[in-house]
Amino acid sequence: MPLLTITDLQKAYVSPEGSQTHIIDIPHFEMEEGSQIALRGTSGVGKTTFLNLIAGILGADSGRIIIADEEMTALSESGRDRLRAIHIGYIFQTFNLFAGYTALENVMLGMMFGKGIDAGFAQHLLERVGLGDRMGYRPSQLSVGQQQRVAVARAVANRPHLVLADEPTGNLDRHHANEAIALIREICAENNAGLLTVSHDEEILGQFEEATDFAQVNRA
Amino acid sequence: MKKRISLLFIVRRSLRQHALSTLITTLSIALGTGLVMAVIGIKSQSVAAFTGGRIGFDAVLGARGSPLQLVLNTVFHLETSPGNIPWAMYQTMKDDPRVELAVPYALGDNFHGFRIVGTTGTLFTKFEYRDGVRFQAQGGGRFFDPTRQEAVLGNYAARKLGLRLGDNFTPYHGLVFDESMRHDEQYTVVGVLEPTNSPSDRVIWIPIEGIYRMEGHVLRGDGEDYVAQPGQEIPDEHKEVSAVMLKFRNPQIGFIMDATINKQGKVATLAWPIGAVMARLFDKIGWMNQILALVSYLVIVVAGGSILASIYNSINERRREFAILRSLGARRKTVFAVIVLEAASIAALGVIMGFIVYGAIFTAASAIVRAQTGIVLDLLKLHPVFVIAPVCVILLGTIAGVVPAVKAYRTDVATNLTPIS
Repeated sequence: MPLLTITDLQKAYVSPEGSQTHIIDIPHFEMEEGSQIALRGTSGVGKTTFLNLIAGILGADSGRIIIADEEMTALSESGRDRLRAIHIGYIFQTFNLFAGYTALENVMLGMMFGKGIDAGFAQHLLERVGLGDRMGYRPSQLSVGQQQRVAVARAVANRPHLVLADEPTGNLDRHHANEAIALIREICAENNAGLLTVSHDEEILGQFEEATDFAQVNRA
Repeated sequence: MKKRISLLFIVRRSLRQHALSTLITTLSIALGTGLVMAVIGIKSQSVAAFTGGRIGFDAVLGARGSPLQLVLNTVFHLETSPGNIPWAMYQTMKDDPRVELAVPYALGDNFHGFRIVGTTGTLFTKFEYRDGVRFQAQGGGRFFDPTRQEAVLGNYAARKLGLRLGDNFTPYHGLVFDESMRHDEQYTVVGVLEPTNSPSDRVIWIPIEGIYRMEGHVLRGDGEDYVAQPGQEIPDEHKEVSAVMLKFRNPQIGFIMDATINKQGKVATLAWPIGAVMARLFDKIGWMNQILALVSYLVIVVAGGSILASIYNSINERRREFAILRSLGARRKTVFAVIVLEAASIAALGVIMGFIVYGAIFTAASAIVRAQTGIVLDLLKLHPVFVIAPVCVILLGTIAGVVPAVKAYRTDVATNLTPIS
């Protein structure tokens, strides 16, 4: 059974002038359980919108998104919130850590809305990403690379089925970017989570067995 | 349950992150709550103390005039005396079988502002300032001998004047202290009373005979001037008293006496019942208390507004935080709840600190009341306002949180996940 099945997904934005811009039009997209997929695309082609639709942050205009046997597109907003909390981890280009919280607390916040807080697992994850001695540090006290590692730990904190990574290395230098993507892939594999990465960085994309052009997936 | 603890965790962290505005809004809530509790609590206790049953007498008989002045002057030892009445009136009362207790007071002297009241030993042997409780002399002391120049001091007066057993002092003429009005007679302190937490604590008691014999005192008991001579007995017809303190055998007697003395008589005034006379005074100055209460309500409303404003203003900078929470699976209503809880927490913290403010205001106010009247207000005496005010304030704070919470609720996740640079 596939982890993620998307059929006839449509999303359009209404501009301030009132005209509609179709940004997503995906007839079919599928991901197997535990698989790792990379999508290639320059900015402005709807990659983030695509991930937000999968995460249920945005509602689709039409079409179906089925994650782990549950249909995201059939749910109300709060239903999508619940599904996201349980099934999805999200890694952002800008990390989106909470400035006022320590590394450990940031990871624990990633557990809060899903299956419940497990401080031991949060600690284990931080040790796994090499931040065992930085758990009490706030994001501002960590390097950019360390911040990204906290974000990676948070993304899998809730044992999700699917991790979405939106330009996950966009804020890192080459060396750290390669390290980060390797870590993300390892962690997802260790935690049996599928990984869907979107990026425009060929070197990052090159690390995956296969990278698909987003333009091939999205007809809009 | 886990979820709720975590929400409180977020709230607590957010309050700490905005420590300054949290502190200021908390303080303003504390001030408002403390003020309301103090104004209402102090008022309730003062009214009870001034009108309630802790007085020990039912009525005061004195010169024709204002019953309020009579009560203030004799029961609370404030105000001036409206004049004197003949000794015979005291005797009539004392011999009246309907009267349980009649105690004469003669006023007109002071020692450093503390009133000297001339009276008889009955005050110490029969009078109960509270049901079943009489004046008690502190260790080693005793009540005065009516034939000697001896004094018994109220506890507060003794403490403030620094007078102890065996000390001598000379009275000053008048109810207000005036250095030049010193009498020559010397009085010896033979007793200091146990504290009564009543106006009596501020009084210096001496034998009534002493007042008559004080140099310069002229008696007009029978309308003619008479000056007491040393060694000679003072005939009763010359004696006079400022007031007769009365306790009746039953309440009906007050009705009858009120009719005969106040409505038919012309020479004297019976202030009865004492509580009602004082209650009328509080009714007259009730508006002042209402204004105070109104001001403190306003402080609470303004404080509630400051909760609203401070959180509302912080929402814009926190939009991204809410968006991240949502991206982690938080629902809109969770974000809403965080903000409402935050407002309620500020109000709750304010209420807790409000009790400290209440304590401070109450302590200051009760020190003034005590110094002025001898009445001691009880800081810890319970009053419904200690429940009603906190509940209302926390409710108000929660409601104040709804407006910013709606703003947070509406935060769009997708557009706020990327920082605007």
